[in-house]
Amino acid sequence: MKAIREVYGEALVELAKDNDKILVLDADLSGSTKSGMFGKAYPERFFNMGIAESNMVATAAGMASCGMIPFVNTFAVFLTTLGLISARGQVCYGNLNVKFGGAYCGMSDAFDGSTHHACEDIAVMRTLPNMRVLVPSDTASSKALTRVAAELEGPVYLRLSRDVYPDLYSEDEVFEPGKGKIVRDGTDVTVVACGILVHKALEAAEKLAEEGISVRVVDMLSIKPIDRELLVRCAEETGCIVSAEEHSIYGGLGSAVAEALADAGVPVPMQFVGIQDVFTESGPYAQLLAKYGIDAEGVAVAVRKALSKKK
Amino acid sequence: MSITNARVSELEELCRKFRVDVLTAIHGIQSGHPGGSLSVCEIMTLLMQERMNLQRPDDPARDRLVLSKGHAAPMLYRNLIEKGFLPADCMGSLRRIDSLLQGHPSVHTPGVEIPAGPLGLGLSAAQGMAIALRAQGHTSRVWAILGDGELDEGCIWEAAMSAPKFGLNNLCAIVDWNGVQLDGTNDEVMPLGDLAAKWAAFGWNVIECGGHDIAALDAAMDAAEAYVNGPSVILAKTVKGKGVSFMEGKAAWHGKAIDAESFAAAMKELGGAAE
Repeated sequence: MKAIREVYGEALVELAKDNDKILVLDADLSGSTKSGMFGKAYPERFFNMGIAESNMVATAAGMASCGMIPFVNTFAVFLTTLGLISARGQVCYGNLNVKFGGAYCGMSDAFDGSTHHACEDIAVMRTLPNMRVLVPSDTASSKALTRVAAELEGPVYLRLSRDVYPDLYSEDEVFEPGKGKIVRDGTDVTVVACGILVHKALEAAEKLAEEGISVRVVDMLSIKPIDRELLVRCAEETGCIVSAEEHSIYGGLGSAVAEALADAGVPVPMQFVGIQDVFTESGPYAQLLAKYGIDAEGVAVAVRKALSKKK
Repeated sequence: MSITNARVSELEELCRKFRVDVLTAIHGIQSGHPGGSLSVCEIMTLLMQERMNLQRPDDPARDRLVLSKGHAAPMLYRNLIEKGFLPADCMGSLRRIDSLLQGHPSVHTPGVEIPAGPLGLGLSAAQGMAIALRAQGHTSRVWAILGDGELDEGCIWEAAMSAPKFGLNNLCAIVDWNGVQLDGTNDEVMPLGDLAAKWAAFGWNVIECGGHDIAALDAAMDAAEAYVNGPSVILAKTVKGKGVSFMEGKAAWHGKAIDAESFAAAMKELGGAAE
């Protein structure tokens, strides 16, 4: 099994084979984000911008305005802070065809600590008009959503992990913007998760089944646009919802789910698994996820709490 | 080939008209940036009405103009009207509700290449265009008009560093060096130091000229086009509020609404119609 970043690097190379509009930019992290794989295969279409994220995104905006499809790459935390001024003022305002590869999402750059963790990126990117936010959860979805991003007209934020994820989907699974997927069916509660938390939710569901709790798990691969129809169906059929993400509990997947359900007029008891409005720390990845309660145990606790509030 | 005196005179007359129309629109809505629109007038008019290959706003081979100092939008809009890309009577809608003419450039306006407003991003965008056009095999040129106050932004110097790396001889930056920004002079707000030496040190072909002298600007642009080893920058010395004596060189007129008395006086100087 490959790390998601490697799957992404390969997907870029693959995309470029039949699309000469694809350009790739990086801010001196191409060895980490794996955009360097593209640079090796297509040196004339690869631009190392140095450690200059604003310049990278604004340059991509100019490229897109001339009909190219630039992918900008750096760690998600830098892309959505230093790159934000152009992401908002040029790319999204101009609805330009720039693709944002947010590498090392969540705490996946574990040992580097809070400065390198991206726990606000979904919230930041989700509020920008015209921006789509996609979060793959395994090899097949990472590969497919990279292609989806390239094929969609307009800005897309791809949230990518540094880490290895277990496989969930087959190579020929079809992924569409605006669609989530039920990866495990259940009747008592729905856990709506993204990224690594889909796997943690499946693990929790397995454990909870032993307690007689039937957990449905939804992989919300598209956070914007979100799969409102699926959310409403899950709320109606299971009566309570737990959101689970490697992101702040403010403004991310959980907020998007709550907004959709409230607006649809089907509010149900809800619990939010995520970073509880704190700065994170350095450490081994698995230990960090456990420390901040965003592992299978954290999901299980939230599920029991949501169930207790269900009428 | 140098521009003829007769053509210079025509462009000077066009600039006078543009100044009248821009001030009339800014006065009409009682909001906007007179100072920087007036200082950039000759630079932009010479490019758009004379030099650039700009027949249609959707021609992939057209030359590109990036107005990085987006607050000079009214002068851009007036030039786009002259090109026939915008309705002749739209200037009065500047900054009004439901208008095609936003306070700062938006791509909803035909002929605007890229949004501008947050300062410091235009040179990078122009660089991206220059890379894309070169990759597409077009011989088009990209012109980026920068403010001098805008040079305070770090991103400008990120792009100043990267454009020579990519050898972009189809890119030219023009600094509208009027010496005055919102809070005061460049020296008061943030001294720019030896700008020519700074750009040269970053690897740019530096050309200096007067920014209201159309023949001198034209020669500077010729020199920029002739330089093949990388990007060029024209440091154009201008006067903020140029053309209206009491606005000239005054930071107060950076973004000030024009009162009735000042407007009448300005129109008198420029030979325009007061209300």
